[in-house]
Amino acid sequence: MWKRPEDKPHTATPASQPGAGATTAAATPVRESRPLEMTKTGESSRHDVAAHIGKSVLVKGELSGSEDLYLDGEVEGVIELRDHSLVIGPNGRIRASISAREVVIHGRVEGNVNASERAELKKSCVLIGDVSTQRIVIEDGAFFKGSVDLKKDSKGDVRKPVPASGQPAVNSGASAAPQSSLLEH
Amino acid sequence: MNHVGPRLLKWLRGGERPQPCAAQPSAVSRSSRHSTGLAEFTRLLSTRENASVLDLGPTSSANISFLTGFGGRVCNEDIVHASREARYMTKQEDGSLALDTQRFFSENLGQPAQQFDAVLCWDVADYLIEPLVKPMVERLQHLLKPKGVLLAFFHTNEAGPEHAPARYHIISGEFLDLEPRHDLRRQRVFNNRHVENLFKGYSSLKFFLARDHVREVLAIR
Repeated sequence: MWKRPEDKPHTATPASQPGAGATTAAATPVRESRPLEMTKTGESSRHDVAAHIGKSVLVKGELSGSEDLYLDGEVEGVIELRDHSLVIGPNGRIRASISAREVVIHGRVEGNVNASERAELKKSCVLIGDVSTQRIVIEDGAFFKGSVDLKKDSKGDVRKPVPASGQPAVNSGASAAPQSSLLEH
Repeated sequence: MNHVGPRLLKWLRGGERPQPCAAQPSAVSRSSRHSTGLAEFTRLLSTRENASVLDLGPTSSANISFLTGFGGRVCNEDIVHASREARYMTKQEDGSLALDTQRFFSENLGQPAQQFDAVLCWDVADYLIEPLVKPMVERLQHLLKPKGVLLAFFHTNEAGPEHAPARYHIISGEFLDLEPRHDLRRQRVFNNRHVENLFKGYSSLKFFLARDHVREVLAIR
């Protein structure tokens, strides 16, 4: 009688992702991490998605795993995902040191972040701690207190400073979206 | 649209200025300027290997990008933002609120001594409340390595559109992008003597007066 929502092919619209409107997704090959919507869909798609910790969950201690994780709850302690990606949702409240391949932060983090490949601070993000990574993306509006240590990648490529022309030029147009800049080294 | 209509009508009647959407003001009035102080700062920084830099302005990806190009660490502390946090306020005997400077400095600028080759202070001193300015400059001296360099801006005029508070984004080694801020109020105007007194512990001071009435000061520890 009614068409069930899980029968629809899953297409997460940009609007459904927190802060997605402000990112320059075309310029950054972001690995797909949208488990929030996906976990609400049918059983068949659950195998493809990241684990999901909801906003009512509080974890104290060590949180480790070998799959991608979407974390919208509270964690105090240590988060260790090694070769996997971690997305901290807008409700995420983390007091922990984080180690993962890729870390995307929408919520609040107090602790050091070690992202072996890439870290992304969304505009709603509050990060108090040091970041160690190869590449970092910071959206305008993100609050960050700490230091950034950009490591050379394992292939031995030498980092180059972004040339002057690579910086966003003075925005004289009427673009309504806040600029997000990329620090791709 | 529904919420814009009544506001616009109110403004047309002279009752209220329309509130632009969040991104519009910066999109319209963002400007760029040459900075001799920054050029000199960049030149000095480039002579140091793996230079680590402390940026006291709001988080700017452009600045982090530029500064990490020197090979070292970049540390960010938005000191003005921190100084406005309610948790640093204590109630006085007369009922007024005052900033607890001891607590503030126990949680801010607490890095070990001689950590940084350079500090970007921007115009922070213009917007910081009085009790924090001198201790901050002394703390920065403590954090700088010998011969470390500090760049600070001071507005020389009280008012004017060119003196609107701004976030500074480094475009290149000598050009800055100014993004207006609407959440700050200037606390005072420093004259030359004030600035000299403020940085009297530093070994040398260079002044560059820009066309837009900004005094750029380069202090060497």
